[in-house]
Amino acid sequence: MSSGPVLYDVAGPDEKRRERIISVVIGVLVVAGLGLIGYRLSLNGVFDDRWLVLVDVPPNFAGYETHHVWAAVFRGLGNTLLAAVFALPLAALLAVVLVSLRASTIAPVRWLVTGVIEVFRGLPVVLMMFFAILVLPGSTPLIAVVFGLVVYNGAVFAEILRAGIKALPAGQTEAAQSVGMGPFLIYRDVQLPQAVRMMLPSLIAQGVVLIKDSSLGYIVSYAELLRSISRVADALTNAAYLLPLLTVGAAVFITLNVLLSRLAVWVQRRGGQRRVAGAAVAVPED
Amino acid sequence: MGSLLAERDMLWDAFTTTLTLAAISGLIALVVGTIVAGMRVSPYVPLRTLATVYTEFLRNTPLTIVFFFYVFVTPSMGFTFDYKVAAIIALSCYTSAFVAEAVRSGINSVSLGQAEAARSLGMSFFQNLTIVVLPQAFRTAIPPLINVFIALVKNTSVAGAFSVFELFAMSRRMTNVYSGDVLGILAGVALCYLIVCIPLGQVAGHLERKVAFAR
Repeated sequence: MSSGPVLYDVAGPDEKRRERIISVVIGVLVVAGLGLIGYRLSLNGVFDDRWLVLVDVPPNFAGYETHHVWAAVFRGLGNTLLAAVFALPLAALLAVVLVSLRASTIAPVRWLVTGVIEVFRGLPVVLMMFFAILVLPGSTPLIAVVFGLVVYNGAVFAEILRAGIKALPAGQTEAAQSVGMGPFLIYRDVQLPQAVRMMLPSLIAQGVVLIKDSSLGYIVSYAELLRSISRVADALTNAAYLLPLLTVGAAVFITLNVLLSRLAVWVQRRGGQRRVAGAAVAVPED
Repeated sequence: MGSLLAERDMLWDAFTTTLTLAAISGLIALVVGTIVAGMRVSPYVPLRTLATVYTEFLRNTPLTIVFFFYVFVTPSMGFTFDYKVAAIIALSCYTSAFVAEAVRSGINSVSLGQAEAARSLGMSFFQNLTIVVLPQAFRTAIPPLINVFIALVKNTSVAGAFSVFELFAMSRRMTNVYSGDVLGILAGVALCYLIVCIPLGQVAGHLERKVAFAR
């Protein structure tokens, strides 16, 4: 699908002028609206010295200095990434197991796994983290967070991979059967690698969801980014500091996720090139 | 499960709160998301930019942070919301970004000829969008929109951690009181989510196949 305008005609000179005028008017209105909101907020003291917490913390009873604040932010980010680093490979492993069982030749196994995937996908991640806290023996907040992320995302990854396998040309499986490969070998050596490559953009997009969901750890008191930010504001006993700190936290998450999304787009484009190259069309290597 | 049956009034109360949160936020998100999607395909650059920033910003921010903002941060900015209102605002904001993406992909799937034909009849952008393209876009957008709504139902559980008494908050209170029946309580609460989410998922899958065949 082309990215050019579809819903409106490519403008001629008159129309172009009209369009430009309307754009400028809307732009002015938007800026004025934002300015009005900003002014209203500044009346409430939103742009006062609370932002100093990020550059030069005022003297306080907790003895916090600026580097303590940033250390807390980075510790929180570290814990967020730690949960993600544990959860991603485990979820991938769970997905591979679930998909292979779902393709089983024994019908009851298939039904059971289908049911399990449906249940895992249909439950809130927080509830599973909470379940881990209460039920799993010797569970820490980190284990609970990783458990919730792995169970949910494992099921979602499994569905993505299944869609990928289904989308493969039937000739792949037939060819593998005709050279005498068994179902497990076909799954492991033919279907899975191609499905992973085909669905890589979707898998990365789901990885972004996993990283976002790791902040649910806040609710089960895992010391991730949001929790360590709110602890800083608690220690400084000033709720006004929450705004600048939360701004930093949101910025960190957005940067992280936008970078990953870019990666997904890049991978997709690369995958597209390779497929064309595979079809023996002369494409210059880069 | 026995303790849940004993407290079935509370369970019903929490369950309806979950459904109400999902229904109200879903409705608001549908309206806001559709408007944002329309802005994103409009010929006016400021509207496009505004819509893109809005969607990208909310899609990449964790829901917990959005909740945190509306519950704990806005009071220090001079606005205080009731907990339930804050939860509905947070859920609507977050979900509207995903609705916008679903509707936009629906708009992209409407065949080019439709918009071109509408243009050749002299329809303006707004007429083209509302009379010709959106009604068709919604047809393909319905399965993804149902999936967005399923995610919304599950996301209401975050509200439970921010002082709204819905299913998740109820399970926290109940497991505190009836510590001998933890598994039963969690299974019961899980069942409440599943009887909403699984049928919706089946409907979405069914419609998706139907649309795929119709194409």
